[in-house]
Formats: sequence, C-alpha cells, structure tokens
Amino acid sequence: MHWWPGFAMFRRFSHESQRLMADPKALYQEVILDHNRKPRNFGRLDHASHRAEGHNPLCGDHLSLALNVEGDSVAGITFEGESCAICKASASMMTVAVKGKTRQDAQQLIDEFRAMATGELDCGSAPHHLGRLTVFAGMRDLPTRVKCAILPWHTLHAALNSVASTSTESNDDPMNAPIGNA
Amino acid sequence: MNPPQSTVKPKQLDVERIRADFPILKMDIGGKPLVYLDNAASSQMPQQVIDRLVRYRSTQHANIHRAVHTLSEVATAAYEEARRKLARFINAREEREVIFTSGTTEAINLVMHGFGRKFIGAGDEIILSTLEHHSNIVPWQMLAEEKGATIRVVPIDNSGELQSGAYEALFNPRTKFVAVTHVSNALGSINPVKQMIAHAHARGVPVLLDGAQAAPHLAIDVQDLGCDFYAFSGHKLCGPTGIGILYGKAAILESMQPFKGGGDMILSVTFEKTVYNAIPHKFEAGTPPIAAAIGLGAAVDYLSAIGMDAIAAHEQHLLDYATAELARLAGVSIIGTAANKAAVLSFVIAGVHPHDVGTLLNQDGVAVRTGHHCAQPVMQRFGLPATSRASFAFYNTTAEVDALVAGIRNVQKVFT
Ligand SMILES: Cc1ncc(COP(=O)(O)O)c(C=O)c1O
Repeated sequence: MHWWPGFAMFRRFSHESQRLMADPKALYQEVILDHNRKPRNFGRLDHASHRAEGHNPLCGDHLSLALNVEGDSVAGITFEGESCAICKASASMMTVAVKGKTRQDAQQLIDEFRAMATGELDCGSAPHHLGRLTVFAGMRDLPTRVKCAILPWHTLHAALNSVASTSTESNDDPMNAPIGNA
Repeated sequence: MNPPQSTVKPKQLDVERIRADFPILKMDIGGKPLVYLDNAASSQMPQQVIDRLVRYRSTQHANIHRAVHTLSEVATAAYEEARRKLARFINAREEREVIFTSGTTEAINLVMHGFGRKFIGAGDEIILSTLEHHSNIVPWQMLAEEKGATIRVVPIDNSGELQSGAYEALFNPRTKFVAVTHVSNALGSINPVKQMIAHAHARGVPVLLDGAQAAPHLAIDVQDLGCDFYAFSGHKLCGPTGIGILYGKAAILESMQPFKGGGDMILSVTFEKTVYNAIPHKFEAGTPPIAAAIGLGAAVDYLSAIGMDAIAAHEQHLLDYATAELARLAGVSIIGTAANKAAVLSFVIAGVHPHDVGTLLNQDGVAVRTGHHCAQPVMQRFGLPATSRASFAFYNTTAEVDALVAGIRNVQKVFT
C-alpha cells in the first residue's frame, strides 16, 4: 500500500485516461434511475441511535443519515437530503443493503464499495458481497463522479463510528477520494 | 428577458475561419465532435498563441531584467512588449499601471495586501456584491477578520441584476473600498459599473473591478470606466494559465505596500534597509511566468485583430439564440435573466441534478460547467445547490447551441 490512500486510483486515472470516455449511459442504468425516482428508506427516523451528515462541498450534495443500531445489528436506517441521481441511488441502495446486517457486515460493504468505486476491486474477478451494488462499478471511469457514489458510504462509516459530520474534502478521513472537482 | 439590441452591426465574424485557428476544436470526445461551452471557466488557445509560446521557448528563453546577454535582452523586451500590449488592450494611461500576476485571484489578493492592509482598519467597511466569485470574497473576509473591518453586500433582484438603490444606500463615512465583478461568472449579468464607480468616487472611495469574465467579451477601457483597479486572467482570454494582470492607477499603486518580497521588486538590499523598486516591478517579486506573459500578449493581439466589438456582437447573437431555444424547452429554467448579459447561460432542468446533466451532456461531446461556479452566495440567493452553465466564446456557433439543446432533450429522455 502506498502512503497516499488514493494512490491506486490516481495511478489508474492517470494511466487510463482513455477509459474516461467510457459510455456514461451505462452508468445511468434503469436500477439507478429507479432508485433516484423512488428512493427507498427516504425520510426521517425517530429515536435514531446514530446520525451523521455527509457533504460534498464541491458539488453541493448533502445527505443526512439516521441509524437505529440494536445490539449489533443495523435495525433501521433512513436518509434525507439533496443530491444528484448517482448519490441518491447509491444512498437508497445502501440502505437496502445494510438494513438488518451486523455492524461488521456493514463495514465490510463500505470497504468493498469504496474499493469497487475507486477501481481497486475488480468485481468481475475478486470475491465480494456487493450484489446489485455492482451497477456502480462504472464510477471508476468517471473520476469527477466517484465522490457522488461514495458519499453515502462515507457518511455511513461516520455514523457507525459516531462522527457527526463528514465531508468528501476532509483530509483526515481515509475514505476521502483524492481527486475530482466541481 | 430582453430582445436582442443590435443597433449598428459591427463586422460579421467569419466563424469557420476563426475555428480553424483552434486545434482543440477539431477534437472528438468519445466519438462525438467537441462542443466546447465552458469558456467562462477557461477558453481555448489559437495556434497563433501556441506558436508564440513555442517561439519563445525555442529561441528566446532567458531570465529577464538581469543579464546583459542577448537572450536576456530579447526575453526582457518581449516581456515588456507584452505589458505594452495589455496596457493598450484595456486603454491604460501608462504601461507601468499593468502588473503581471498569476491570475485574477492573485491580482485581488495583491490589492488586499498592498492596499487593504495598509489603508483599511477597524470599523471600516468594504462593499462587495452577491454576484462575486469566491476569489473576490475570501480575500476581503480575511482582511476584515484581521483588521476588524466589516463587509457589506449589494443584493441582487430575481433576474440577477444588482440593485443600484441598495448599493448607494450602503455608503456611509466608514466605507473605504468597493470590490465588484464587472460581469457575473455564474449568471452573466453585466453590472452598471461605470455608475457604481462614479457614485463611489463622489465619496472618495476607490473601486476594484473583477474583470475575469468581462475582459474576454467586452472592449475594456479602464480610463473611461474610471476604476482604480481592474483584474483579469489570461486563461479565460485565449491565453495561457498562470498569468493575468492587475491594472491599477499609478498614484494608488505607488502609495501601496508591496505584496511579496524578493528579487526584482527591490532597488537595493542591505540588512539595515531595503529600497523597493518602482511600479510595476515593486509588485512583481521573483522570476515571473515570462512565457505566459508573452503568450497573453499574443492572445490580446489575436483578439484585437478580430475586434472586441465584433466578438461581443457575435456572442450576443449566440446568447439570444440559446436563450430563445432553451426557453422553448419544457422543464428547463434559465437562472439569470438580467437585461444586460454576457454570453453565459445558467440553467436547471426540473428533476435532474446539474451533475447528472453535465455527465450526460459530456456523452454527447458537449462540455458545460456544473456546480456552484465558485459563487455560492449566488446559488443561495436562488435557493439552488448548483446549476449547469453553458458559456459561449466567439468561436462557438448556433449549430453548437443546437447540439446543446439536443443534449438537454436527451437528458430529459433518460430521466423521464
Ligand atoms: C468572476 C471571476 N472572478 C475571478 C475568477 C478567478 O480567476 P482565476 O482562477 O483565474 O484566478 C474567475 C474564474 O473562475 C471568475 O469567473
């Protein structure tokens, strides 16, 4: 592992700039458009045990996440906020994926999602637990949009670790993707 | 929205011939011809400027203002010639009123440090507008915090026009400085800066204009405007990055303290006392971006040969056409409808986030900017997190506007 957490992604982007031209229509697949139109678990959660706010100051995406952790399990999870379709669909599908899971399993999904979106995990060859979340694999070819997909996961990580607020631009967070600008 | 207000038609641009000068405009993006509509962020460079940079680098490069050898003299002459070209471009009275900076941002910071830290104190007030780019907000906030000064903000109306009555009402005996943008980068509004300057000057208050968006699109005459400072960037003017200018009236520049210390900005240095050089060198510490300055000189030559009035007229035509075309699209709203506008078209599509718009338009080869445009107060004023922005240059065509419109229809199709 290089000292800079984003090194692998940086190297990938700089060496494969041709791939940046990949067809983004593949990205806006029906499942993403559907979750954008009808986000699941969208709204408030009363008596949440964990909350966190996620911001991407570069594009103005904003997300509030509320969790109800009972024992070791994520019994309830909802999100609210205003964001692009990629971010909203990612959040919606994330809530579906982690609801009912243990904290440990949720953390594993966070790690795998991040690795997939930044191109470190090739879902075609390596084992993973992402299921339908692999629709976001194309993000790795869109460096300016990676953060949109990762923000909800970033925020979930913060909530589970009782960090009230997180930003895609905070330097102290290893989830921070190193490139992309608005 | 205002109808086109063409009175006398300046000479028509031969856009196809102009486009042939820009190698990048021949590019494909993912198999689609590039439709470059992000000129307010950075405009493209014609071959003439590229050639000038190559000539400097291959036959003229040396450090300037130092050695007596031939190359140094050639480089110095070319650099100072570029200053002369810039002075002429904005009709400055004297060349020494043009200071090369790394861009608009550095130019404004120079004024904040050189003028603001010397002349603005506790309880003093600085007037900015809602339309400012962050680079004309943050330096003044830093100054206000350091000195205990206050920032006052000119509001805008729903069309994105500055409210001149409110501007005038902000003045009081504590008002020490006005810093406003000539043209809004987020909305395109052209501000009534001449009247604003006259009002400030009648009260003895100096004015800085952020001309980053105006210099590429309008003929600038700093003497006619009467501004005390004028700042803009080369890269929005078909020139290189890393270069821009600050124009300042000689007497004011002379009264200011230096911004950066170092070589070239001094006459003599001892450990007891350092004597500063005369303007403009007092503000150009260290080796400047010589090639970039010379490239910017070539860029203003290029623009002047076409004619800023002809450029403005062509861009107005594009803006009017694009405005009418977008107005016909259901679900599309134009943000910023000032009567007097530069060729900037900010818009939102109902139900689609601007970032998704940008990604999908890019698929059609159409490059627009999406986000808050480094003007978050403008976004807040309209209650929006972001917009999409198409910004036109003189080398754009109505066919490219059609490509934008077709791209927007595609976005709407994907999101229905
Ligand atoms: C109105 C305005 N002011 C200032 C700037 C900053 O220019 P630069 O980044 O070249 O210093 C910009 C560029 O985005 C601008 O549009």
